[in-house]
Amino acid sequence: MIELVGVNKHFGLHHVLKDINLDVPSGQKLVIIGPSGSGKSTLIRCINMLEKPSSGTVTVDGIEVTAHRAPIAKVRQQVAMVFQSFNLYPHKTVLENVTLAPIVVSGVSREEATESGLRYLERVGLSEKADKYPAQLSGGQQQRVAIARALNMHPKIMLFDEPTSALDPEMIQEVLEVIIGLAQSGITMLVVTHEMGFAKEAADRVIFMDDGMILEDGTPEHFFENPQNDRTKLFLSKILR
Amino acid sequence: MTELLERIGFLQQGPFSVPRWEALFASMDLLWDGALVTLLVASLGLALALALGTIIGVMSASQWKIPRALARAYVEFYQNTPLLIQVFMIFNAIPILFTGMFIPVITIGILGVGMYHGAYIAEVVRAGIQSIGRGQLEAAISQGFGYIGAMRYIIIPQAMRVVLPPLTNQAVSLIKNTSVLAVIAGGDLMYAGDAFAGRYGHYGPTYIVVGLLYFVMCFPLARLARRLESRSKVA
Repeated sequence: MIELVGVNKHFGLHHVLKDINLDVPSGQKLVIIGPSGSGKSTLIRCINMLEKPSSGTVTVDGIEVTAHRAPIAKVRQQVAMVFQSFNLYPHKTVLENVTLAPIVVSGVSREEATESGLRYLERVGLSEKADKYPAQLSGGQQQRVAIARALNMHPKIMLFDEPTSALDPEMIQEVLEVIIGLAQSGITMLVVTHEMGFAKEAADRVIFMDDGMILEDGTPEHFFENPQNDRTKLFLSKILR
Repeated sequence: MTELLERIGFLQQGPFSVPRWEALFASMDLLWDGALVTLLVASLGLALALALGTIIGVMSASQWKIPRALARAYVEFYQNTPLLIQVFMIFNAIPILFTGMFIPVITIGILGVGMYHGAYIAEVVRAGIQSIGRGQLEAAISQGFGYIGAMRYIIIPQAMRVVLPPLTNQAVSLIKNTSVLAVIAGGDLMYAGDAFAGRYGHYGPTYIVVGLLYFVMCFPLARLARRLESRSKVA
């Protein structure tokens, strides 16, 4: 479903991604773990081309998005992203947030977008907030709306960029539960997170990144119980105490 | 007593004497016509300035080099040359460049203030767009919006809040700046006042009344700007 071949990314002199090769089959729940600045966010942002790789190719659902004049906007409709800082549209109600892109970008009728939008709001437990504005919601609620907004694009792939890192501790669980619920579906998911419990529970593959490279790649059991790389071991020993 | 008479002597003779006021009030129709032309030029000029300003502001906030360079060139040219010379050039240069092309004076006024204030409004719009966090554009782009669509549905509606008070101030100076038309025989309020006053030297009363008429047109807008400003602070 997603294939990265020889992907490099430089920010000025900073070499953020170093020759990344990654193949994510359809339906996989991939969790990306690593210290800050290791390139995890940049990696998933290369998949929907919010960052343009300096070299290498990225192929999403058979379309090489790094190619010249690739239909990137089309691909982005299939690849929904949930951001660390939610990025809801503050001038739109919750329901409008969820229906705007389906109506304007995908050309879905208003009735249809509203119906499915309300269904997804229900699924994240927020249908009664449909007419509120984002500023009237808690952080956890805003992030759940952001997930509903992503879902209402009916994406094949969902990218989560540290979805709980900006939340107060008591709100992390409500968001994780929604994401764990989604992991039961057939959707392909890539989740950058520091939540080890989530990785254990929902992932069927974990990769560990440090210094722009993928150092560990395997099942959660492998990752937590039998890591091979020294830096992975060091990282885990710091985190799991 | 004589002192008092001397004090009010300005009512009998001089630039503000009563006969001059009487003459002016007998010819007020001239000023009303001028005020109408000013209002027409100002409202159409404002429409043009808003359209140009939005397009050029969006261009100069974009990530693409060529549209950005074009927008910068436009803004720098119009901001750094006097409006009077720009209007003079439209009036005199166009008939030479496009031989025989006749442009009605009112149209020249609309083009003149429209393009001039378009440059200022472009700067206001650019600042407004740049005041909206990067995450908003990223969210929109990630949902498949193009740059223009993201601007239209997500960035500009949010920027409006920030931009409305300075925009209203631009409208006020645009109204006053329509008075450059007087220099090229524009039929606007300033021209009408000038023409009437110049004939008999009734400058005193005429300029007071013309000034008042400009004030009446501008003051409500200035008040509106103040109201919008305090509202956008609350929100």
